[in-house]
Amino acid sequence: MWNNVLHWVDQPFTSATYLGMLLGGVLTLAITLGAVTYTIYGERKIIGWMQGRVGPNRVGPFGLMQSIADILKLLIKEDIVPAKADKALFMIAPIITYVPAFAVLAVIPYTFHHYFTARLNIGVLYYIALSSISIIGIVLGGWASNNKYAIIGGLRSAAQMISYEIPLALSMLGVVLLSGSLDITRIIEVQQQNGLWNVFPQILGFIVFLIAATAELARAPFDLPEAESELVSGYFTEYSGFRFAFYMLSEYVYLIAMAGLAAALFLGGWTGPFGLGWGWFWYAIKSFLFIFLMFWLRATMPRARVDQLMGFAWKYLIPLAILNLLISAVEKLYWLKG
Amino acid sequence: MATTELRTEEMLLNVGPQHPSTHGVLRLVVKVDGEIIREATLVIGYLHRGTEKLAEDLQYTQIIPYTDRLDYLAAMINNHAIVNAVEQAMDLQVPERAEYLRVIVAELNRIASHLLFLGAYLLDLGAMSPFLYAFQERETITQMFNEISGARLTYNYMRVGGVKWDAPPGWIDKVRAYIPHFREKLKMYHNLVTGNEVFLGRVKGIGAYSQEKALGYGLSGINLRSTGFKWDIRRNKPYSIYDRFDFDIPVGKNGDCYDRYICHMMEMEESLKIVEKAVEQIQDGPVMGKAPKILRVPAGEYYASVEGAKGELGIYIVSDGKDKPYRFKLRRPSFINLQILPELMEGQNVANMIAILGAVDIVLGEVDA
Repeated sequence: MWNNVLHWVDQPFTSATYLGMLLGGVLTLAITLGAVTYTIYGERKIIGWMQGRVGPNRVGPFGLMQSIADILKLLIKEDIVPAKADKALFMIAPIITYVPAFAVLAVIPYTFHHYFTARLNIGVLYYIALSSISIIGIVLGGWASNNKYAIIGGLRSAAQMISYEIPLALSMLGVVLLSGSLDITRIIEVQQQNGLWNVFPQILGFIVFLIAATAELARAPFDLPEAESELVSGYFTEYSGFRFAFYMLSEYVYLIAMAGLAAALFLGGWTGPFGLGWGWFWYAIKSFLFIFLMFWLRATMPRARVDQLMGFAWKYLIPLAILNLLISAVEKLYWLKG
Repeated sequence: MATTELRTEEMLLNVGPQHPSTHGVLRLVVKVDGEIIREATLVIGYLHRGTEKLAEDLQYTQIIPYTDRLDYLAAMINNHAIVNAVEQAMDLQVPERAEYLRVIVAELNRIASHLLFLGAYLLDLGAMSPFLYAFQERETITQMFNEISGARLTYNYMRVGGVKWDAPPGWIDKVRAYIPHFREKLKMYHNLVTGNEVFLGRVKGIGAYSQEKALGYGLSGINLRSTGFKWDIRRNKPYSIYDRFDFDIPVGKNGDCYDRYICHMMEMEESLKIVEKAVEQIQDGPVMGKAPKILRVPAGEYYASVEGAKGELGIYIVSDGKDKPYRFKLRRPSFINLQILPELMEGQNVANMIAILGAVDIVLGEVDA
């Protein structure tokens, strides 16, 4: 029974799996919200330290309640829909962005027990496919706002995310080739068997992945869609209150999901040093490294320009990713026979 | 193969006056085709206070605080411009110590102004941290100004015939200690920003104009020097005691945003050199010369200019011999430098628009006066 509840995603539909479905959804949502809350807090604190500031420190001890206060404020704000906006689209766009962000978490294997997470044999594909749906929400939001900044922001995001999905997928392909599986769990297991994290044989792929992931997440230096100095806030310029919160939330959920993916594909997922247990702990550490890198970049880099960005993806990243694929094939043949 | 033109529509985009990177209340009305700017129109006047007209009803000493509010990031230099103009018109002598103090505060203010350029420009380009780093250093200078003049932004420090207050005890030593400290920081900024590939990609070759065009538009200051034209009022028409100092005039080559950035950085070093020499040479003595209680500029027309933080800051006085100017005209470098913008922006994209606008380095208080 409990097995059915905890592993409902892989079981046939019964009342126990239904309970698991509810429980899993609520729990994952709660954990994610908590993680996002403290990712935002961590971002502000860490960037604050990097800039010689203290960061939030007023609400609660060390400002720990700051993000919660911010979220509460957003939730109780008036829900404003601009008079000339396309009402229906305006209201639904943040949800279209958020739902896939949350859904991709289903395949991120935080532990090898797979509580509430699916062991999908096409996990990597599932992630890429779902995450691209979010772009529709962003473009719709920009369009429905009937605001010129928003539409430029929305179109920029569409162009950017579509361009960078290709190198992102190609860089993952090297890992898939080495492991011989699209199943994220299997990819981690292969790394465990080889005793070698994919980041070493896939160093080129990892670099391409990092850059493409940064662009895909629209974080600095690729944060063009919401370039504050140019487009005010980009596609969510007209959004406020909880609809704005949904956009922000999906951004951070994607950050966490992408960190989880990076940890799984390149850093050996839940495997700890010397075969230690506590898989979730190592997973969290590895994910945090990725998230920290994003913060670090944001504190350091200026923003790239939109035409440079596209050129960079097509002229450098994609050829590099393909080269990486070739290297992976050679490695697979002569080194890591798996 | 038949070529089909993609039909695109031009869109009128209103940037500002409440926009994060128009540096105050500048408004740009740009016609964009996609992200490409077809036409840009500048709308100014949101900060117009009628300084020139107001000055006609004020005695010369009373005008000084009004100049604080022109380029409010370099108020010391504005003070210097007006007192220098009146002194030249009346042929007044200024005590040595006062001249040195003027040069020290003016050059420190130039550094503070350029620091703000560095921070704000990088912020426009999307880098957050340099802004905060620059403000930390600027804060030290602001504190020093607070000690010497009692204000952090609008100093009202200089008077015709000298300066209002002597430096408080230990102030000169503080400035002396600040110089090596700031040199280190400047090196750090170069390390952090100048070599950054993304930054270089954003500024190299962007917003370039030729020397002829710069001269044609009457540009001055760094906007002119970035094209390679060596023109600095401190050197070419020395005023105050600038002829005693040995400093370089950094010039650019291509007149693009990168050259303007690098000129700002190098000019900070040169200002530092001047301050270093000045604190070495400064002697004790009076800080206020013999100036009449009521200043009456002899009838006639006078023009005197100083090298402001943004360019040639000129003061043109028409006097009919009374204690108030008959006509008071300001040559405001920000306003004049701004005029080249519509031409520079044509054909650029929205991201470049911000990069170009930021590099021209305007202060709206000075544009609108």
